[in-house]
Amino acid sequence: MSDQRTAQVPALTVDGVTKVYTSRGSEPVTAVDHVSFTLEPGASVGLVGASGSGKSTIAKLVTASERPTSGSVRFGDVRVDQLRGRALRRFHGNVQMVFQDPYGALNPLHTVEYTVSRPCQNYLGMSARQARDRVHELLDTVGLTPTEQYAAKLPHQLSGGQRQRVVIARALACDPQLIIADEPVSMLDVSLRAGVLRLLEKLRRDRGLSLLYITHDLLSARVVTDRILVLNHGKVVEQGETKHVLQHPQDDYTVALLDAVAAPSAAG
Amino acid sequence: MATILEATDVNVTYQQPGGAPVHAVRDVSLTLQQGEFVGLVGESGCGKSTLGFALTRLLQPPAHLTGGSIVFDGVDLATLDGEALREQRRNGIALVLQSGMNALSPVRSVEAHLRDIVRAHARDGEDVSRGAVHSRGIELLEKVRLPAEVLGKFPHELSGGMRQRVSIALALSLEPKLIVFDEPTTALDVIVQKAVMQTIRELQHENGFTGILISHDLGVVLEATNRVLVMYAGRIAEDQPSGELLRGVHHPYTEALLGCYADPRADEVELGEIPGSPPDLAQPQSGCSFAPRCSLAEDVCRRIDPDLAPLGSGRAACHVRAGHAGQPDHEEASLV
Repeated sequence: MSDQRTAQVPALTVDGVTKVYTSRGSEPVTAVDHVSFTLEPGASVGLVGASGSGKSTIAKLVTASERPTSGSVRFGDVRVDQLRGRALRRFHGNVQMVFQDPYGALNPLHTVEYTVSRPCQNYLGMSARQARDRVHELLDTVGLTPTEQYAAKLPHQLSGGQRQRVVIARALACDPQLIIADEPVSMLDVSLRAGVLRLLEKLRRDRGLSLLYITHDLLSARVVTDRILVLNHGKVVEQGETKHVLQHPQDDYTVALLDAVAAPSAAG
Repeated sequence: MATILEATDVNVTYQQPGGAPVHAVRDVSLTLQQGEFVGLVGESGCGKSTLGFALTRLLQPPAHLTGGSIVFDGVDLATLDGEALREQRRNGIALVLQSGMNALSPVRSVEAHLRDIVRAHARDGEDVSRGAVHSRGIELLEKVRLPAEVLGKFPHELSGGMRQRVSIALALSLEPKLIVFDEPTTALDVIVQKAVMQTIRELQHENGFTGILISHDLGVVLEATNRVLVMYAGRIAEDQPSGELLRGVHHPYTEALLGCYADPRADEVELGEIPGSPPDLAQPQSGCSFAPRCSLAEDVCRRIDPDLAPLGSGRAACHVRAGHAGQPDHEEASLV
């Protein structure tokens, strides 16, 4: 099944996209400025930059939560920026997000089983019983075993890393082809980050998922992406193979970002 | 160097009605020399902020200081209350919190904040007129690398980095001997974070105050401080000069933490993780609290909580690293 799916995963193409926010009484803000990139099936692209560089706005444009002011977003041959109604909903079954804050992303009153089973029922039309079986499969995939024990838990009974795994399980529930992860580890303790990053890598390998990884943290980008785009004030200032860009940064802004990441190994 | 703060056997417990008490800081002793800049690092729930607040006597219920002495500048803060405590704090302690936005009142200008502080703590005969406060404000802003016009601004008119600089200026306003920085740059953008930390370091050099930097980020702490205290499960696991921390043998927890970082520019990047999770501090602890997650743990580690003993250029609480593991004589001695 997975081979077949891999072959079917379409590429994400962002072509000359610009997003301008206007509000009465203040200057228009160009959050994203003529950004273009392609995310091939099974590939992993990182969008890196400081606050306000436009990286999260790109995520909103790719998921059709916002419409671009100009340019186009395509997923295979589907024009994402023109989707409406049922087609948009179908698209959302293919593209799922993992957000920064695993505390805010889970309803504190719902058990893990309920949270993860909803998309199975809503997107895949499963019965409650089928959904329950699938929840256990998914919890197993994200490493929350024994699954019976975790399924019954409420968010406050889990650590930050475990909560983020639940969020990932929920994102996987409707069998998406593309996962957009917006700073998925920045709120986690450093000791837990590697585990979550490794999980994202494994999903990409095993399921042929494409990953759009958004972060200010160049170290995690290095670990999970093949290519990165460095964004500054909405513009792509540099792009290329991740290792190459980090080892041979050309743009001053990339250098500043690299300098700002205090790594104990480099601090000497 | 003179000792400015000497804390002995500090204990803090969170007591929620109907819940088991959580022993968040357990028998912590430490001494700070004047002019030192010490980092308190550790992961969520290790007790670093609780300890910082305990040392400044700023704990709020349900947290309670349940034991120990905190001698600051010759006076035991643990025995003080009310006006006497306030007076002692005025004589020398300031706190900078994580979010400058939340620490500042949205309806007061920067100058009004400063005026409140200066007047609330005015000494007899001190000039606290508008004019005097204004010129003091300009001086303080200059110290934190902000232009004088910021004095008339309200918090929402300032960026996150500027607000945090204002918080630092306010902390400096009473010329404290000790400043506690609780995650001062965590909420800021990475590039701004670097600049603010740089300013904090320069200020510490220029003004010579003693600093405690509480942070989850070992990288930030190693760059800024002279000495690092690594906390785990409410205790100090290791205490080393910052420059030494990357060299030599350490507490296995420190080693594991260091393994979670890497240089993104390296040819091969391997990120470590620490399996398991920290202990539940509502339960009584036996043995070393890191033992269940430690790859070096031996029998003795599960039975006896190690003392903070000399290791390398500092101290560490580890049986294995201290060379005690597997030596029956020492175990006997400890049990007696």
